[in-house]
Amino acid sequence: MIIAIASGKGGTGKTTLAVNLARAFDADIQLLDCDVEEPNAHLFLPAEPRERTVVTMPIPEVDARLCDGCGECARVCRYNAIVGAGAAPLVFPELCHGCGGCAYICPRKAIREVPKRIGVIETFRSGKIDLVHGRLDVGVAMAPPLIRAVKDRRRNGAPAIIDAPPGTSCPVVAAIQGAEAVVLVTEPTPFGLHDLALAVDLVRAFRLPFGVVVNRAGSGDDRVRLFCAREKIPLLAEIPDDRRIAEAYARGALIVEALPEYRAGFLDLRAKIEGLRREVAA
Amino acid sequence: MSAPKEGKKDKMKIVFSTSGDNLDAPLDGRFGRAPKFLVYDLETDACEVVDNLQNLQAAQGAGVQAASTVARLGAAAVVTGHCGPKAFRVLSSAGIKVYTCAAPTVGAALALYREGKLLEAQAADVEGHWA
Repeated sequence: MIIAIASGKGGTGKTTLAVNLARAFDADIQLLDCDVEEPNAHLFLPAEPRERTVVTMPIPEVDARLCDGCGECARVCRYNAIVGAGAAPLVFPELCHGCGGCAYICPRKAIREVPKRIGVIETFRSGKIDLVHGRLDVGVAMAPPLIRAVKDRRRNGAPAIIDAPPGTSCPVVAAIQGAEAVVLVTEPTPFGLHDLALAVDLVRAFRLPFGVVVNRAGSGDDRVRLFCAREKIPLLAEIPDDRRIAEAYARGALIVEALPEYRAGFLDLRAKIEGLRREVAA
Repeated sequence: MSAPKEGKKDKMKIVFSTSGDNLDAPLDGRFGRAPKFLVYDLETDACEVVDNLQNLQAAQGAGVQAASTVARLGAAAVVTGHCGPKAFRVLSSAGIKVYTCAAPTVGAALALYREGKLLEAQAADVEGHWA
């Protein structure tokens, strides 16, 4: 089963949930840290990287000798990454999404695609967890190709947990696509609810089964609970606002190891997530 | 969108970034995301206003496309508030001069231009929004 852990708001506890869920699973599982702008699951699962691979994306290169300046490449590029401005078009690699449309459309075959490095993939092994994460290079703004490269490492048939980036934009879409269930982590605050509502709209647009986990429950109010009831969204778990959890987190420890009394809660959560998928399948 | 080089350059045409449609309108400090461009013909004193709405709402590359629009209009110079690196690269590769100034209105900027009080920008004066 592929479970994606997402949230609208940042800092709600996606990674905390992902690493503890993975550890509580207690069987071989892949953890795909798709927050490639700041991967952090490895901080809780200390292990040396086993393998590091450079990831590239294709960007156009124009052969000025072949170009007749027809401008078709600029016309087809919806990202404004290539623009005709004289004899040969100018390319802006940082705007390019690597679709290859310009090279495809060019009647003179003056454009070829060349690889541009965007980041690395690193893999770790911690107990029964195979951790794969992407690390976007500094100065690169195009996360989705690297996120897809991380997800390409998923072994067919193996259970996997995807730690998605925060927000509701392209990187999140790239991370949750293909998941069989999505867990939205939020906190019981006005900000938490506001961004949760955006994330709910996103997962509904993808017709993915999903439920909500409230983190730091008791620290705010009950507006998230009321929202979930009104929207008929399963409230899968509430992680209490327990200072000891924050202390364990600050040490880089796992809740299920530092505070074993929470272990049962994570196992129960896992069962409920699997139930989400079954409900949809039924 | 066709290649800007199709626009034949007219030495007397200059473009101002603006939110209005006459010389009393404010000079817009932004280039790529200015709502409109006022094209002024120094020879005939004729004005033409070109909409930039498409770039105003672009997710990215507004400066690149705005520069492309200006090149297609056949202008020889742009007067705006600020110009970023990507727009500057497109404009300079098309041989279009860039002048940045803080004049309050298009008319005031035009007066400064005519008096030769505007300095030609040699590089972008603000950071790009992506990378």
